[in-house]
Amino acid sequence: MAIDWTHFTPMSALAGGALIGIAAMLLAALTGRIAGISGIVGGLLRPHPGEIGWRVAFVVGLMSAPVLYALLGDRVDVQIDASNAMIVAGGLLVGVGTRLGSGCTSGHGVCGLARRSPRSVAATLTFMAAGFFTVFLSRHVFA
Amino acid sequence: MIRHTHWNETLASLAAGLIFGVGLVASGMTQSEKVLAFLDLASAWDPSLAFVMGAALVVAFPWFALSAGRAKSVLGLPMRLPSARDIDRKLLAGAAAFGVGWGLVGLCPGPALVALATGSPKAVLFAVAMLAGMGLYEAIVRKDELKTA
Repeated sequence: MAIDWTHFTPMSALAGGALIGIAAMLLAALTGRIAGISGIVGGLLRPHPGEIGWRVAFVVGLMSAPVLYALLGDRVDVQIDASNAMIVAGGLLVGVGTRLGSGCTSGHGVCGLARRSPRSVAATLTFMAAGFFTVFLSRHVFA
Repeated sequence: MIRHTHWNETLASLAAGLIFGVGLVASGMTQSEKVLAFLDLASAWDPSLAFVMGAALVVAFPWFALSAGRAKSVLGLPMRLPSARDIDRKLLAGAAAFGVGWGLVGLCPGPALVALATGSPKAVLFAVAMLAGMGLYEAIVRKDELKTA
């Protein structure tokens, strides 16, 4: 396998990843919660009393990141090449799948693995495999 | 006293969310193309995503190991960490569906919300579909629970 050295960004990946780890640690240490984005958002769709404020605050914080970048004079560019049909299908699958599977890249992939949860190991291996397989099909078989 | 704790919880969550979001932007994970370049093993491979997860794990792992068994958080709130351990069909089917959707577009829930905040029309479309998917799940689960009740 050839590494794409022109696009590989190890330093910013490590720095950004460390921030994500710090955020997950901070939320768990201070509030006793898991920083799983799909769970935090999904919990807002059927809110329990006392479970709304912290979830909204986390999502507001998350979505403020591009605003903070803008204030510092840096634009966050979002480029999505997928067709609208693929975006709708992908969004629906991500929404249903993360709730059915109790987590996503953050909840299972970062927090769950850090907690050595067998469920999260199984889920992470599964969504990674499904992701690799889907990209192989969409880019190399049905391209 | 309770009110005081409540605001601490809100502020801590806000800070954690912001740091998480900055981490996603800084690491490049809000660029769907970069995620797809990680998932595409059959072309020139961009391993950045593995470095992001690796760094996050290196930071979070020791803390979770040291704090295992704690009953209260630093703010005095009960620890509410998941305790389920069984690997069932629901978990694997959900993870597989999520992986397919992730591979189709290159966005998972965190980056999707950050992208939504930029106002990019395609990101808005993805976020609406994702929330609809989550709502669909809630509707089905709720129906099931009513049936079994």
